[in-house]
Amino acid sequence: MDTRHVAAATPKSTSGAKLARTAKFVFRNRALYIMLLPGMLYFLVFKYFPLLGSVIAFQDYNIFKGFWNSEWVGFKWFEQFLSYPNLNRLLTNTLIISFYQIVFTFPAPILLAVLLNELRSMRFKRVVQTVLYLPHFLSWTIVFGFAYMLLSVQTGFVNQAIQALGGEPVSFLQKAEYFRTIIISSGIWKEMGWSAIIFLAAIAGISPSLYEAARIDGAGRFKQFVHITLPGMLPAIMILLLLKIGHILDLGFEQIYLFLNPLTLSTGDVLDTYAYRVGILGGKYSLTTAIGLFKSVIGFLLLVAANRASKATTGEGLY
Amino acid sequence: MKIRSSFGERCFDVANVAILTLTCILVLLPLMHVVAGSLSATNALIHSQVTIWPVGFNFDNYVLVFRNGTFWQAFGITFIVVALGTLLNMLLTVFTGYPLSKPYLKGRKPFMVFVIFTMIFQAPMIPSYLLVKELGMINSIWALIIPGALSAFNLILCITFFRSLPEELFEAARVDGMSEYRIVWQITLPLSMPIMVTLTLFYAVAHWNNYYSALLYITDAHLRPLQLYLYMLLAQFDTSDSRAHMGSLNTWDVSPQGLQMATIIVATVPILLIYPFVQKHFIKGAMLGSLKE
Repeated sequence: MDTRHVAAATPKSTSGAKLARTAKFVFRNRALYIMLLPGMLYFLVFKYFPLLGSVIAFQDYNIFKGFWNSEWVGFKWFEQFLSYPNLNRLLTNTLIISFYQIVFTFPAPILLAVLLNELRSMRFKRVVQTVLYLPHFLSWTIVFGFAYMLLSVQTGFVNQAIQALGGEPVSFLQKAEYFRTIIISSGIWKEMGWSAIIFLAAIAGISPSLYEAARIDGAGRFKQFVHITLPGMLPAIMILLLLKIGHILDLGFEQIYLFLNPLTLSTGDVLDTYAYRVGILGGKYSLTTAIGLFKSVIGFLLLVAANRASKATTGEGLY
Repeated sequence: MKIRSSFGERCFDVANVAILTLTCILVLLPLMHVVAGSLSATNALIHSQVTIWPVGFNFDNYVLVFRNGTFWQAFGITFIVVALGTLLNMLLTVFTGYPLSKPYLKGRKPFMVFVIFTMIFQAPMIPSYLLVKELGMINSIWALIIPGALSAFNLILCITFFRSLPEELFEAARVDGMSEYRIVWQITLPLSMPIMVTLTLFYAVAHWNNYYSALLYITDAHLRPLQLYLYMLLAQFDTSDSRAHMGSLNTWDVSPQGLQMATIIVATVPILLIYPFVQKHFIKGAMLGSLKE
């Protein structure tokens, strides 16, 4: 085998004893390195190449000239994107949905974990957990299907209820004003239970002796919650909040794309869905890569800023 | 443990149980509504009589789904992707995870950083698409398998488990002259069945649920997996495909809603079937993952 010769020759050709030892180790354990090769190659090709490929944001990428020969155009696409007439709408939609996610979607599992933790019957707790974790395993397509049927004008449960109460049926999925509400509620429906696991783990990590001491001091369950449970959850809450802030412009393309239709573009078209339409379907590769890069840079800057703010106020941070 | 609770605390307990029960009902409601609708008579369905219990119980909608060639085509694609994709996933995960679980492996740390970096900086959409295009995988079933051949998250779960196995065991096998490949196959794998089951299910569910790859890489209607087929069935009534359904409506006396509902349920059932078995494994996985973050 070729590798064997190369590895065996290395110790002689280098003077450093450390390097020789390393080479000897690699040679003796070459099976381990050979096993590692396909996996590492996968990450290199499918994760690192696309990251490097982001440079086409600064090129006039041409599919025939390819990555190496396309012309460099500097910040042309960023300028074009920033002067795009609908940019305002895209950014507003993205930020509003993201804001709603932080205000409504983010606290839901925290609240759920607290409520679950306060349950006295372990059997009931397990039943609730089993039910609430289930939607996590369903695809967004299926969740969209459920929402579609539940909100259907002709057969849907929600419109049945509205009509029973004497109202007029509403075609919720075709109305721009309901789009964000539907996105937020279906998001909570799908992931609330599953996301609560991390917070339940954080609560489980709190030392029981703290609760005992508090009880001896006469603290009721509410006081125990405020002074022990909540502070115990704080590190987990802050870390997840910071990560969410870092992804403020990523809203989950898979979900939004499914719910979006021409009638709801005005409130639901976000950076990612625009990038898909114009990039993949429209072939404007460089422009949409610039949008992706713009998103990442903003996300990174926000993450750094939020991390600093969090460290100053709560002492918790990602790094 | 008997603790005297105040009146307020007892009120809270009652309210808590009520809130959580209501939450469970809200989560199950859409599922029950769609199951009921899919099993109901068309007349009852279009006259808004079906809530969470079938009215005029029958299987016509399911018969129609299972008589549909396009459905079977999409199902077949998904089946191949789940089977082949999961097999490739497991091979890569085990063989990459084994060396990385050896604390004495030189270069272990840089390799781990190399892996974890990809979890933080995710591959952007357009360059990934162009890569797959350059590799000539657009409109091929490989586009649904190769780009997702290994998950960094699952790899780390696997490494964490392998590290808990006693190294003396491997040492003994090596003394007996076993090659590393045979050690992986005959010692590591049999000892790692719990994590192998977990990871297989993780990957299989991900493949079953995946529509994103198909949305990006598949334009040929014959190669659409089940999830994308379902979306098309729901969202685009004017495709020739759903017109074919409409055409058969008169003979079968079913509504498009009934057919759509039945298709949704058919796509959901496999997940429901494995859910009880995997729940506890998945939760273990989620906990491990949260510790790693």
